[in-house]
Amino acid sequence: MLQVSLYRYSPETDEAPKMQDFRVDTGGKDLMVLDVLELVKSQLDSSVAYRRSCREGVCGSDGLNMNGKNGLACITPLSEVVKKGKLVIRPLPGLPVIRDLVVDMSLFYAQYEKVEPYLQNDESPPEIERLQTPEDREKLDGLYECILCACCSTSCPSFWWNPERFIGPAGLLQSYRFLADSRDTATQERLSKLEDPFSVFRCHGIQNCASVCPKGLNPTKAIGHIKSMLLSKSN
Amino acid sequence: MDFDGVIVGGGGAGMRAALQLSKSGYNTAVISKVFPTRSHTVSAQGGITCAIASDDPDDDWRWHMYDTVKGSDYIGDQDAIEYMCSVGPEAIFELEHMGLPFSRTESGRIYQRPFGGQSKNFGEGGQAARTCAAADRTGHALLHTLYQNNIKNDTVFFNEWFAIDLVKNQSGAVVGVIAICIETGEVVFIKAKATVFATGGAGRIYASTTNAHINTGDGIGMALRAGFPVQDIEMWQFHPTGIHGAGTLVTEGCRGEGGYLINKDGERFMERYAPNAKDLAGRDVVARSMVLEIIEGRGCGPEADHVFLKLDHLGEEVLETRLPGICELSRTFAHADPVKEPIPVVPTCHYMMGGIPTNVHGQVLTVDSSGQDSIVPGLYACGEAACVSVHGANRLGGNSLLDLVVFGRASGLFIESALRDGIDVADPSSSDVEDACNRLNKVNENSKGEKSSDLRKELQNVMQNHFGVFRNGKFMREGIEKLVDLRSRIYDARLDDKSQQFNTARIENLELQNLFEVAEATAIVAEGREESRGAHAREDFQDRDDENWLCHSMYYPTDRKVGKRDVNFTPKTVDTFQPKIRTY
Repeated sequence: MLQVSLYRYSPETDEAPKMQDFRVDTGGKDLMVLDVLELVKSQLDSSVAYRRSCREGVCGSDGLNMNGKNGLACITPLSEVVKKGKLVIRPLPGLPVIRDLVVDMSLFYAQYEKVEPYLQNDESPPEIERLQTPEDREKLDGLYECILCACCSTSCPSFWWNPERFIGPAGLLQSYRFLADSRDTATQERLSKLEDPFSVFRCHGIQNCASVCPKGLNPTKAIGHIKSMLLSKSN
Repeated sequence: MDFDGVIVGGGGAGMRAALQLSKSGYNTAVISKVFPTRSHTVSAQGGITCAIASDDPDDDWRWHMYDTVKGSDYIGDQDAIEYMCSVGPEAIFELEHMGLPFSRTESGRIYQRPFGGQSKNFGEGGQAARTCAAADRTGHALLHTLYQNNIKNDTVFFNEWFAIDLVKNQSGAVVGVIAICIETGEVVFIKAKATVFATGGAGRIYASTTNAHINTGDGIGMALRAGFPVQDIEMWQFHPTGIHGAGTLVTEGCRGEGGYLINKDGERFMERYAPNAKDLAGRDVVARSMVLEIIEGRGCGPEADHVFLKLDHLGEEVLETRLPGICELSRTFAHADPVKEPIPVVPTCHYMMGGIPTNVHGQVLTVDSSGQDSIVPGLYACGEAACVSVHGANRLGGNSLLDLVVFGRASGLFIESALRDGIDVADPSSSDVEDACNRLNKVNENSKGEKSSDLRKELQNVMQNHFGVFRNGKFMREGIEKLVDLRSRIYDARLDDKSQQFNTARIENLELQNLFEVAEATAIVAEGREESRGAHAREDFQDRDDENWLCHSMYYPTDRKVGKRDVNFTPKTVDTFQPKIRTY
């Protein structure tokens, strides 16, 4: 039996959030955390609310805080996260809670949209694809794989303090994904929009983002590249 | 709320259709029950098949067409396949121009890899490499690129809204949907001049599936409840390589890159079943061969219930650059590192070839009393929810992404020109809207009845056990009996949680009803098609029967009867591909 403690909050009935304990029979298996949530919902309490979709770590729906660390419930095995037979599951920190484990991600998405996360190229495209060398394409590896799960931004103290003004690790990773793309011609315009003291420079290299990213990406490194580009631009 | 176009579904097909309309300045909304990048397109791995002539400068879309017609076991519509294969390159280049980060060749072009069922020169020129790839994360790259371009073009998104049912007006035209905002519980009628169903598949009707939790056939459920037929719904693809136990997908690209299947004796058994194409035969052929190996006692593991996919001979560098996502998935879900050891795999439900019948413009079709196709005014479908039909009885790997991009785009283009010409629709009466709300009211009021999670499991087991890779009449009829019993139990399922805000229990009950509609249609038609063709393999009718069944099946929900519809054999610019014995 696994002791699972879930963060519960129903906006219609609860004045304040509370923790609720469940005892879950895992059959002795090393289940994923999402499997445990499914067991709770199907067998113990159908009202528990959380998001999930692909259950294989590619859609980014089930970013949660498990025993204090952000990650994707569907690819986090119990053996990796359970301490002393107990699992505490909370919503991602720093964002408003809608209900139970579901957070309001509007601010996170707004920061993503702020970096204009789409290719900009002012030349008319050729009849076929635009050519790109394998070396130039390789520069996008470690950037384009982001699944927008928000594990990084919601583990970042700078984002907690300034969620409206600091773009945060996820948005900046995408910003650099387009800055690094040999096909994008809006580099200068993109950089101009990032020059203020908050958008990028609130990153203090704490590296929480890189340590929690379930896809093994490193936003801090990407942010470092953006900072270098901004500094060489102003010189 | 009133829009020019409303697209239900924020996956690849829906977002490609939406993009087309938004770019042209039409007031366009996407209703998606999840944030769009959570849609199941994101899980597509290996690539998008298309004759862009990068790997082979002489490649020809007609060769791709030949492969697709053959792969379909000859019940894919040849006019639709012709359209998809010939328009495909333009649609792929557009995606690249939008920023999709394709992998590249040394000359800077899009990287293409071999996939199953691909040939050069109409089956005479050996294996082709025609599947355009972004490593093994092509679906992710595609879906994010489409979402990003929709942001750029100001598409309106209703994210985490769930469409409940269609609304028709008194003349039978579709004029929008009733939808519920999951976050607040608010229910609204969203009116549209054109309603597009891009609601994806329904793999969750089976117990073992590569599909996401959200693949519950919502569009199919809504169409059937509105009385519209579905086509070829008995045709379900079992992907040869789902990870044993977990069901997660391992791309066919693994075999394209040189991996192969082995049984417990270490034998590369596909050499026996498909001497030429071997591990790159059609998916139906490979899946059946695997099941036969297991049935005959040559399966692997303590239960002898799976086979192995061997990749280690490709070397760490190829695996980490071409198949990084697979390495990750295998380590996580199979506890096997493909660099060192094989992955345990088993055929797993993957794709719904059938769906809502449409023409190449995405217009939904029904059949009138004289047996002629007739267009349902106001309703369109594209992607996996639709059956246009390019996949027939068996889809080729890499053709689903092409299908959703080409026909999402085609639907958008057609609606765009129809809007330009002017679409005039009569408003629904309040009783039309009330009809559509009835289902939700019933779900909300059910306080007795069984738990929907138990019923869902029961439904999935019936489908898995009675309508799997191999089927027979007697066993299917038993399955249908069980479904008869399940129908009322599912529609009476209990809802304990009556809250309004982010009530996922309520959404799951609504989804379960959609799953049931798809499952029942599948079962009835599977029992009715008395032959073996493509993915539909009957032990009691082992041969293909072109005399009686070289046709689409149609399922009519009002009287739950099976009918037939002609397959199109008249492409516009090439000669008809005549049905032949299908070997690989």
